[in-house]
Amino acid sequence: MNRSVKKLSAYKVLCIIILIAVALFFIFPLYWIITGSVKDPKIINSNPPVWYPLAAQRTTLHYQKLFQKPAGLWMLNTVFMCVMSMGLTCLTATMSGYALAKKRFAGRTVIFGIFVAAMALPKQVILIPLLKQMAWLRLHNTLWAVIFPTVAWPFGVFLMKQFSENVPNEMLEAAKIDGAGETRTFTQIVFPLVKPGVGALAIFTFISVWNDYFMQLIMLNDTNVLTISLGIAKLQSELSTDFGLIMAGAALGSVPIILIFLMFQKYFTRGITMGAVKG
Amino acid sequence: MQKTIDISRQQRAIRRRENISGYIFMAPSLLFFAGFVIFPMLMCLVTSFFNYSMTDFSFIGLSNYNELVADPIFGKALVNTVVLVLVSVPFTCFFSLWVGSVIYNLNEKVTSFFRCVFYLPVVTGSVAVTVVWKWIFNSYYGLLNFVFKNLGIINQNVNWLGNTATALWCIIVILLTTSIGQPIVLYVSALANVDHSIVEAAEVDGATDLQVFWRIKWPQIMPTTLYILVITTINSFQCFALIQLLTSGGPNNSTQTIMYYIYYNAFKLNRYGYGSAMGIVLAVIIAVFSAVQFKIAKTDNG
Repeated sequence: MNRSVKKLSAYKVLCIIILIAVALFFIFPLYWIITGSVKDPKIINSNPPVWYPLAAQRTTLHYQKLFQKPAGLWMLNTVFMCVMSMGLTCLTATMSGYALAKKRFAGRTVIFGIFVAAMALPKQVILIPLLKQMAWLRLHNTLWAVIFPTVAWPFGVFLMKQFSENVPNEMLEAAKIDGAGETRTFTQIVFPLVKPGVGALAIFTFISVWNDYFMQLIMLNDTNVLTISLGIAKLQSELSTDFGLIMAGAALGSVPIILIFLMFQKYFTRGITMGAVKG
Repeated sequence: MQKTIDISRQQRAIRRRENISGYIFMAPSLLFFAGFVIFPMLMCLVTSFFNYSMTDFSFIGLSNYNELVADPIFGKALVNTVVLVLVSVPFTCFFSLWVGSVIYNLNEKVTSFFRCVFYLPVVTGSVAVTVVWKWIFNSYYGLLNFVFKNLGIINQNVNWLGNTATALWCIIVILLTTSIGQPIVLYVSALANVDHSIVEAAEVDGATDLQVFWRIKWPQIMPTTLYILVITTINSFQCFALIQLLTSGGPNNSTQTIMYYIYYNAFKLNRYGYGSAMGIVLAVIIAVFSAVQFKIAKTDNG
């Protein structure tokens, strides 16, 4: 008995050592972005590579150049796009998730079935007609062309239905008996109870819109609607040898979203796992 | 008599009220969903039967599909995509299950640390991640060449992304790092939810760790595995950003995938109809793959 416990822990220690090695491999790209963004142009491509830039080898030059590109505008566009998608998704998905979980209206199983089936289809496939549609609606080359399709994607509805199932029916009935209208029941009873779900959906939407490169690439071409992802890609194709500048762009595109992720990690994890239950 | 009619009338009134309020709450979502998901999906199907370009829009029946079958580049893209899926899906599932089972019962902070680290490439975003990898794979001052030369694995610099033999594998490596984050999160929570009393009972009865895993934990996390299989398959089929940013399908179409070829035809050559036809084919292929996985998982389960 004792020996088997010891053997198990030796195995576990070995596993953890391997895991740490793999973890370093996963952290490395981020480390390389951040250090690369402050390296002096003279040492950035040196061979052997400079693994860690000393104080004398650091510069803010790349960031100064980046903000003339204009990265400030890219960030503003990105944040606007993410916040709008997040707000609209949370609002519409909370409402319909609640209706699907708690309202016995005709056709709800059919509607829910269609929502779930649509989720399994490749999202990118609809981008061709979507582009034409946006051009027709005069939304092409506006940030709304990314926001609306994001809000329309049914994952949020699915997630919020899962959370709304947990709202006790007794509370809804009690509210009805007390004479609360539909709006009041929703805002004062349902919403506070599904708040963790809304939090999860909010952070999930924010991060996925931030990184939805394909959609942004198709919908946004004008220089004044570029997002940070498109901005970095543009730098890379136009100034592919200016590694410092590109790394500064990559740092600006990833560090804020990583900080947001770390801050709301709990919500995020819950969102992913709840979305999978019964998935 | 009068009373029962009253009741049924009342019930009907209640039902009508449920219908109205239900649809009012559904309305915003339904509007968006119909306008920006269902309508474009139908349009995708419709345009796949048209010769649709900047100047032309004419019905050509199944010609796009016929052309597709005969298109050697599409064939190559299909093969590459399937290779990508067949390598990345099993590896992702296996590796994330291993990581999940190592970290799920550690100290909460340690678990959360590892979970974050493996999720990092997903959050960092494909553009920022590829920027680094492009540098790592660079043939002149790339880190990979430097490290491999010092370890004595290679004698001279290799142009990893410009070589038909290695380019697709480079893409696969990056794809793997960006796709295991979510499965690990899912496995950690699924393993933590496995019924502990059964595990303990089995251990008392002298079951080995492997037996406990395969007989007790594995069936219980089966739904999670299935979900992971399906989402990883869908994601691998849709691998696009890495290819567009690193190789543009080259060299010599060796990293051409269906998703990139759709993009190339529709948005570079403006052949919307042809692109839509490929989109439909891709959707069907994904549906078939998912159905097969469901079927296998079901029979596996008993």
